[in-house]
Amino acid sequence: MRRFAALYDRLDRTNSTNDKVAAIVAYLAAAPAADAAWAVFFLSGERLPAPVKVREMTEWACDVCGVDAATFEVCYEEVGDRAETLALLLEAAPGRRDEGTWDPPLREVVELVVGLRSQDPAAQRAALTARWAQLALRELFVLNKVITGGFRVGVSKRLLVRALSQWSGIDTAVLFHRMMGAPIDSEARFRGLFDADSTDADRARPYPFFLASPVEGEVATLGEVADWQAEWKWDGIRGQLVARGGEVSLWSRGEELVTDSFPDIAGAAVGLPDGVVLDGEILAWRDGAPLPFASLQRRLGRKRVGKKTLADYPCTFLCYDLLEEGGADLRAAPLRARRARLEATAALVGFPVSEVVVAESWGALARLREQSRGRGVEGMMLKRLDSPYRTGRVRGDWWKWKVDPLELDAVLVYAQPGHGRRAGLHTDYTFAVWSEGELVPVAKAYTGLDNAEIRELDTWIRRNTTDKFGPVRQVAAEHVFELHFDSAQRSTRHKSGVALRFPRIARWRREREPQSANRLDDVLAMVGEPSGD
Amino acid sequence: MTTDVLTPAAGGLACPAGDFVVDPLTATTTSVVTHAHADHARAVADVVHCSAEGAAVTRRRLGDAVKIIAHEWGERFQLGDAAVSLHPAGHIRGSAQVRVEVDGVTWVVSGDYKREEDPTCTPFEVVPCDVFVTEATFALPIYRWPSTAQVVEEIWSWWQANAAAGKCSMLFCYALGKAQRVLAGLRAHTDRSVFVHGAVSPLTEAYRDEGIQMLPTAPVGKERRSFAGELVVAPPSASRSTWMRRFGAVQTGFASGWMRVRGRRRGRGWDRGFVLSDHADWPGIVETVAATGARRVLAYHGRADLLVAYLRDRGVDAAPLAGSTGSRSMEED
Repeated sequence: MRRFAALYDRLDRTNSTNDKVAAIVAYLAAAPAADAAWAVFFLSGERLPAPVKVREMTEWACDVCGVDAATFEVCYEEVGDRAETLALLLEAAPGRRDEGTWDPPLREVVELVVGLRSQDPAAQRAALTARWAQLALRELFVLNKVITGGFRVGVSKRLLVRALSQWSGIDTAVLFHRMMGAPIDSEARFRGLFDADSTDADRARPYPFFLASPVEGEVATLGEVADWQAEWKWDGIRGQLVARGGEVSLWSRGEELVTDSFPDIAGAAVGLPDGVVLDGEILAWRDGAPLPFASLQRRLGRKRVGKKTLADYPCTFLCYDLLEEGGADLRAAPLRARRARLEATAALVGFPVSEVVVAESWGALARLREQSRGRGVEGMMLKRLDSPYRTGRVRGDWWKWKVDPLELDAVLVYAQPGHGRRAGLHTDYTFAVWSEGELVPVAKAYTGLDNAEIRELDTWIRRNTTDKFGPVRQVAAEHVFELHFDSAQRSTRHKSGVALRFPRIARWRREREPQSANRLDDVLAMVGEPSGD
Repeated sequence: MTTDVLTPAAGGLACPAGDFVVDPLTATTTSVVTHAHADHARAVADVVHCSAEGAAVTRRRLGDAVKIIAHEWGERFQLGDAAVSLHPAGHIRGSAQVRVEVDGVTWVVSGDYKREEDPTCTPFEVVPCDVFVTEATFALPIYRWPSTAQVVEEIWSWWQANAAAGKCSMLFCYALGKAQRVLAGLRAHTDRSVFVHGAVSPLTEAYRDEGIQMLPTAPVGKERRSFAGELVVAPPSASRSTWMRRFGAVQTGFASGWMRVRGRRRGRGWDRGFVLSDHADWPGIVETVAATGARRVLAYHGRADLLVAYLRDRGVDAAPLAGSTGSRSMEED
């Protein structure tokens, strides 16, 4: 455990990719495979099923430290991370004598935590209290993080794969593929990553996604329009549908298996021939047109989807690409060849295929792109017809060409401290617009200000708080911000009756009076009436 | 109710009976200055009383136009109807607590203080009093400091590791107090010379003039040279200036109590944080408050609310000092 805690510390101390790779390689070289497996598990952002109630764990730790709930909340606000707050409090608790007397293998820590799940709260409390007493600060943090989940330490999957590849000598593409699917949660699964035989592939396993980058500058610089395939950019969930050996698996881009949330898609896909992998977009869809993103959200995170939900929010898989056919990997073939075969395959099961938008010139294409909002899409995708299906976000062949955002001036009304590296600073903002002389919240935004502005605003927020609700501060209605967002949709879940997609802060409009901010009517006028709803 | 011996005024604490202000920020006739940091010492008074140990740095901070009267530790002097004396606070060189006695009632203003060892100044002295005005910069139970020796050892190992990788170690810290404490502490490990920023250099020389033993230092200077393997000590403000460009491959570190919290360090992008504070940690504050025997405690600077609630739960008559300044910025430690 100390070894893993030291690795975490090293990763946390540097912003250099090379340093991080070197730290992971050094760890892999030193750690037993059973521990390394779990290190990879946590570094890939996986978490164990919650073994204890976080609220109870907090209470137990506070009892150990002689700290009351209100004090904990103030500390938590300062630190911005529960596992870290508890570790700091526990380490600072009076009368600790056994600190540093327990250094189990990481595997044993996982076993301890998994074992907690089947225990009653009294036994959980006793077990944790005993272990807390024996750990030093870094290890306390690791134990608490293993329990609460979320080791955020700036290690991307790509970086982790690079380290695994450097250490094992196995090609990164093979490792990427093997890392997909079920998490690395055992020594066997870990060892399987490095099998010499790379024809193994787990039946359900998708391919790593090829991701597009935003267009920079003028599209005309991309060359001849005839060399490119333009498609609409849909606002759904990017996914891969894998049909092999009589089984169908639907994966989201976040590498989550979402088959159970979309029985309609999975059911239709059963008609696919064996050995087919489709890339596409999961969309709420009715009568050949998309429903708002909110409809799709109704389907997510459910283990079982009821009949009514299925009928109210029907979904489909809009096909983009064909990655495997007859069990053969087609990713190296050019897009134009894959596209021709895609249309035939999709037709077998009645899935829609993403329309190719044809234009004579970039100018004509740009004019067509103006229709995006009316069509309920975010803009266009531009894919080079010669492009293979690459791995990850590789620039050059696939671009996303989004429409310009919608704009709105809104007043800052609430602020809340951020987490992680934004701890202690108020960085989660709520913005409001005017309705009948009152400010009605319409959006929350976290991004768009630079560090100097964040610090300045934080100071102002602290001095101009008019009320507090837990960590949330209500502030004087003084500052106006220009917000950008992709679309506005009607919503019954928000008091304002409207939900904004991807709101972000464009600029702090210091020159504007709060009275000059937009009115709710202005926002409602921006709602693109979604078809079919 | 009897009148308070000290009340907030002029940005500091005014004593009506003695007609003086402790640490004033706006114009006043007579002041008592606890220490030479800019949030406590400004050139706003005609006459300044400070500790003999702190006279040189206070003079440097306030300039020659101000009349400075220096006092030995514990020396009693009369200001109006108040009997005043200064006692070591252990925060930086010459930092004082101010003891004020009026009509048999004793108040002590802590100024900024710490209980950890520091070879550059006289250690904190517990001064019994009726009313104790304590700072609360780090008054949260998450703040507990590791030993100074351990942190200095960490700084030394970091410097060595960076040197082995051909990199310059850029340590940011408060230019007055913290920088000299680090330079003194590192003598346990080396006698190598350290480069210092222009803001650190004169204050370090002032410490050296008073016989404080520190590593030899050299100004960063203008001429081009390699800083690979060197340690450079600079104030945090320098990290945002073009001054940084000359050092080549750099690892940055920040020495401050705030570095106990991971997000504070990552938010500012420091490669390393060293938990080294010149303020009292939570146990330090709690123990000090008890040791003074004060029946009433007023808290100022930082998280006064939480400390007040904690003390009240334990039967102490505690309150936040009305009108005192709020939480501090990260660079003030």
